[in-house]
Amino acid sequence: MKTNRYLLSILVDDEPGVLSRIAGLFSGRGFNIDSLSVATTAEPDVSRITMVTKCEPHIIEQIKKQLHKLINVITVNDLTDKKYVQRQLALIKVNAQPEKKADILRIVDIFRCKIVDVGLSHYTIEVSGDSDKHEAIVSLLKPMGIIEIASTGSIALAREQNGKA
Amino acid sequence: MKLTGAQILIKMIKAEGIDTIFGYPGGAVIDIYDAIEKQVGLKHILVRHEQGAVHAADGYARANQSVGVALVTSGPGATNTVTGIASAHSDSIPLVVFTGQVPTGLIGNDAFQEVDIVGITRPCTKHNYLVKSVDKLAATIKEAFHLARSGRPGPVLVDLPKDIVQTQVEFEEPSKVSLKSYKPNYTPNKKQLTKVVDLIRQAKRPVIFAGGGVILAQASGEITRLAKMAQIPVTASLMGLGAFPGSDPLWLGMLGMHGTYRANMSIGHCDLMLAVGVRFDDRVTGNIEKFAPDARIVQIDIDPTSIHKNIEVQCPIVGDCKAALKEILRLMDDQSPEAFINNRPEWLNQIAEWKSTMPLKYDQGKDIIKPQFVIEKLYELTKGEAIITTEVGQNQMWAAQYYHFDKPNHFITSGGLGVMGFGLPAAIGAKAACPDKLVVDVAGDGSIQMNIQELMTAIESKIDVKIVILNNRYLGMVRQWQELFYEKVYSSTNMENAPDFVKLAQAYGAKGLKCTRPDAVEATLAEGLNTDGTVVMEFVVDREESVYPMVPAGASITEMLLV
Repeated sequence: MKTNRYLLSILVDDEPGVLSRIAGLFSGRGFNIDSLSVATTAEPDVSRITMVTKCEPHIIEQIKKQLHKLINVITVNDLTDKKYVQRQLALIKVNAQPEKKADILRIVDIFRCKIVDVGLSHYTIEVSGDSDKHEAIVSLLKPMGIIEIASTGSIALAREQNGKA
Repeated sequence: MKLTGAQILIKMIKAEGIDTIFGYPGGAVIDIYDAIEKQVGLKHILVRHEQGAVHAADGYARANQSVGVALVTSGPGATNTVTGIASAHSDSIPLVVFTGQVPTGLIGNDAFQEVDIVGITRPCTKHNYLVKSVDKLAATIKEAFHLARSGRPGPVLVDLPKDIVQTQVEFEEPSKVSLKSYKPNYTPNKKQLTKVVDLIRQAKRPVIFAGGGVILAQASGEITRLAKMAQIPVTASLMGLGAFPGSDPLWLGMLGMHGTYRANMSIGHCDLMLAVGVRFDDRVTGNIEKFAPDARIVQIDIDPTSIHKNIEVQCPIVGDCKAALKEILRLMDDQSPEAFINNRPEWLNQIAEWKSTMPLKYDQGKDIIKPQFVIEKLYELTKGEAIITTEVGQNQMWAAQYYHFDKPNHFITSGGLGVMGFGLPAAIGAKAACPDKLVVDVAGDGSIQMNIQELMTAIESKIDVKIVILNNRYLGMVRQWQELFYEKVYSSTNMENAPDFVKLAQAYGAKGLKCTRPDAVEATLAEGLNTDGTVVMEFVVDREESVYPMVPAGASITEMLLV
């Protein structure tokens, strides 16, 4: 059966062990986690977990229900078929040989990225955007020689529509 | 009022209406044991192994329809509870397990008898807690009991560092439990229930499939009324036995791998299945593709994750089984009863034919005792009124097949996890909850040895249990698989080297009886059941008797081996 990519936004109690409960649920039931991002929210004691998972459609229903069954999970919002804004942040350290520097700067400009560190033979580039943008810039920079990449998981929020989420 | 953490613990357990707990002391809980000794009203039963404490709490919870409580020390005390907790988790049994922990300042330092029991038990508890402040102790305990018994019940573990139970604090009654993230949905969707009534009216070949959820929801009265009103035959999972009277003509017997021929055939041919409080375990469904191929399935369950997990259902209903059934019955009461029994004689005749061509059967000769015969005699002599606990394997299946349970909470078995060594401690727990009831553990010679030390618990605490050992000198269920599927290579299943069970019983201070002849079975049972105190009755049975029918793993449940 074909697998789809799903984006879940999960509000949880900000307590020790919550991440372990979620990770344990996924490993114990053989579900996949593609990426995970956890941070606090505006509400004290509540954290948001943004998760990307790839699975078959009937599995995502189980995943959502199983997540909801965890006592520390407050809400599970499946953003996949909703309108949402999504961002991922990456730092890409790329080889910057003198003859390639202009090319790199042009790519950085086109993608509206920032150079955050410069060395004699490297640039470190900050990229923010959705996963398509990340894939595109990585494929363009690859020929220059990527030294290292550090990337966050996706974070996302549903778009407001007519004043309502 | 100033109380220590230990005193708060006892006070909060009593406040839940619990009169008996099961446990084993150790360094990390010594203050709790000191407080137990200095109070009245909460009875503590000292087990001989922590696994026994949890199974006993499980038996207590089921017989009493309340929450079972176990108390153990840190480290090995805590790890020894894991099997019992996992069993209760599989069977949705409400337990609260209190484990001692090293003082908060030592946590994480690999201290003596320290384990991360909260981490270890995360996947096999409904929820668990490490209490880090005595100020939160009372509220945490209250929350633990609330979680254990509400929604889909289950085990909850509370880890108690030693300094927390030692500290004195001003006791404040915790407020009502309110969790923003946990609000089980008890009220089923009315529209869906109306649809169920329509489906029942249209059905020509309906079957009710009752599971452990019916017993937990105390909905056997409603199931029985529904079945009788619409003339719907009833089958049940192992966990659902007793949800519908085993002596009723509409009873089909158990379903699944060792289900009756007529139960399995009914599932294979029904056009409507009302599945109530079940989770479609693989031992019930066999090959999922061929399970109830002609049926529209209605599933009622309090836990949304049970729905569409293993089986696609056409009419899912999330909610309390009892509330759902009550509403279905109310809707049916508004209509003429005849509307619901269309074409029923034909269906019931078909089932009667399946019953008469392939009843449960065994051949009791003159010389060797058949294990099924022992269970049948046990059923007759106890008039079907005993609480039966079982170990796991053939003994469990024969008890399920040949003891016809008329009432809920009378069959206590480790269904989901299948724990050998469950029956004896569970019997002790059940008897502690129901002292006026006869409690019998149906055991095998293999599994009784897994927690045989609990005989001492029964003797010391004067909790009289009767133990029926079906001794075939094999690990019989594994042997049966080896016979059928592994060319009779009986690898490590021969148990001929066994203790003398009569002497063993006597060594613990119990009465021991041994029976080797079919004509003495009844007299041995009668003597054992009528003797005060704990009695071990050993029946030397046919070595290679197998449990039939049997659905081979992966086959459709209508493809049964019958002999």
